[in-house]
Amino acid sequence: MPVFSPELRADAERILARYPEGRERSAIMPLLYLVQSAEGRVTREGLKEVADLLGLKTAEVEAVASFYTMLRLRPTGRYVVSVCTNLACALRGATDVYAKAREVLGPGSEDMTEDGTFTLHEEECLGACDAAPVVQVNFANYDRTTPEGIVSLIDALRRDEPPPPSRGTFPGEFTRASRILAGLEPDAGR
Amino acid sequence: MSEDLRILTAWWAEPDTVWITRYVQTGGYKGLRKALTMTPQEVIDEVKASGLRGRGGAGFPTGVKWSFVPQDTGKPTYLVANFDESEPGTYNNRELVERDPHQFLEGVIIASYAVQCHTAFIYNRGEFLFPGRVLERAIAEAYDSGFLGKDILKSGYRLDVVLHKGAGAYICGEETALLSSLEGYRGQPRLRPPFPAVEGLYASPTAINNVETLCNVPHILVNGAAWFAGIGTEKSPGTKIFSVSGKVNLPGNFEAPMGTPARVVIEEMAGGVLDGKRLKAWTPGGSSTPFLTEEHLDVGLDFESIAEAGSLLGTGALMVTDERDCMVRVCQRLLQFYAHESCGKCTPCREGTWWVTRMLARIEEGFGRPEDLPLLGEIGDNILFKAFCALADGAVSPITSTLKYFRDEYEEHVRLGRCPFTEPPMPRLRPVREAPAEPSRPEPVGIPLSEILQ
Repeated sequence: MPVFSPELRADAERILARYPEGRERSAIMPLLYLVQSAEGRVTREGLKEVADLLGLKTAEVEAVASFYTMLRLRPTGRYVVSVCTNLACALRGATDVYAKAREVLGPGSEDMTEDGTFTLHEEECLGACDAAPVVQVNFANYDRTTPEGIVSLIDALRRDEPPPPSRGTFPGEFTRASRILAGLEPDAGR
Repeated sequence: MSEDLRILTAWWAEPDTVWITRYVQTGGYKGLRKALTMTPQEVIDEVKASGLRGRGGAGFPTGVKWSFVPQDTGKPTYLVANFDESEPGTYNNRELVERDPHQFLEGVIIASYAVQCHTAFIYNRGEFLFPGRVLERAIAEAYDSGFLGKDILKSGYRLDVVLHKGAGAYICGEETALLSSLEGYRGQPRLRPPFPAVEGLYASPTAINNVETLCNVPHILVNGAAWFAGIGTEKSPGTKIFSVSGKVNLPGNFEAPMGTPARVVIEEMAGGVLDGKRLKAWTPGGSSTPFLTEEHLDVGLDFESIAEAGSLLGTGALMVTDERDCMVRVCQRLLQFYAHESCGKCTPCREGTWWVTRMLARIEEGFGRPEDLPLLGEIGDNILFKAFCALADGAVSPITSTLKYFRDEYEEHVRLGRCPFTEPPMPRLRPVREAPAEPSRPEPVGIPLSEILQ
């Protein structure tokens, strides 16, 4: 089964049209987000199809994909929980928040929990230091999170009942967040 | 001093400001209307005369930057707005976009007109999913209202704006790395010259500006260069939004004229140090700027005064630590960040940040050696100014500044064989090795450069 179904192929064309003629390579990141929105991560097949679309070698596309942490080459949970532990958050107790999340989700959750629900990510500064410690779930912010707070957040996600983030609306599962990042959901999340 | 002067943040308290109707009601897009009655050169001259300097960290005069963009190359000209805000401790661009996206867009459009560009790119940090949504809506509104598109306000000027999302790489905030990323490559910096103004995006003339910088532009057009130049200090005019975080009572973004003393921002605006504790250290402009201490609290927050005090204004992000915080641990955490974010292109940065992180962790865990302290300084020297871009230099800032002001803390770690700030103290796990009585390595012999070159 190709990654780019006829529908996705049309989405890819919309992405390509954003960039100046002859500069289609610029679309590589949104195209990889598009792959991620369909596959739950950037798969080998996806790399190959993006390469074919752009007239590049698969290795050239992989070289780009592997540079960026938000393009996930490894199996990824439906909810990516990112805990910032950089200085501003660490000064407000983020290390304990991350430790608690890791305890609750178990070892190996940095890749993906066995049930495929979570990926835990120790994150660098998320640019919301007034709200430290900051946690993101699929890139939606949860401000001033405590160790108890992250436990109830994880519980809610287990029930597929994400609480409203501190700003905006919840973007949905990781695949949908990836579709938003590809710039294909202009009416979502307001 | 008029610390309450709010220009960029004037409408932050009003949620409706995110909508174009409210933005226009409160005087929005007047700067653009004014600009379109002027020639592009006149707009550049006005911004030049205002003395506006880039808010992304380097402080380069914005109008001068625009004047470097050549108009006779036969290639298209591009404007790239750098919304890849990711310097630790910095979050004013995010709030500027979330609360007042049209102010930013208006700046983008005026800047594009000034450099005669017809396609502008906004590089939106990937993790900023919500601000990206806000921008998408604002861009759509601006098209619908005729502020973007084929014939802007019937002036004949056309401009398209493309929103491009990053994917989680701090280095892409560096302008040449950002361009590599936007062209569809790994986000690695390029050698300068050629500077982006001459050969930037797609090897075409490109102006790159920070979000806060661009937000100032409409106000300069409306109120005039002289008005702007009268705010702040002579060499650092205007206001700056200071992002205060860490151990303060009211962390947040605070706009104040350039030159406002750090004491006013930390103690009055941000409510002082948490729990009534004593301030220990603060960064003036994010983690890449050397720490300053209590004795520097009366230094004005402007490019010149902070440089005189031995640091950099950077992004104006004040991260505050108090007397309870271990500066070795603080430095270790920051170096961990640089080791993670180093793009790997230059050896001093890639290897140096990794080794320093390990050394600092070792000292923090109680296995530090007396010779580690000079060694840390030495590695710092071997990273500083020896890489393509400023990420490496930024990584050296916490090392040298903590060694300068808090050397006693490092020595205490080594002497005790544990972190003196950990409660209960971590047990001493193994004896600290004594420093050799004599230097085990011969001192380097200084060979004059002229002899080598002959």
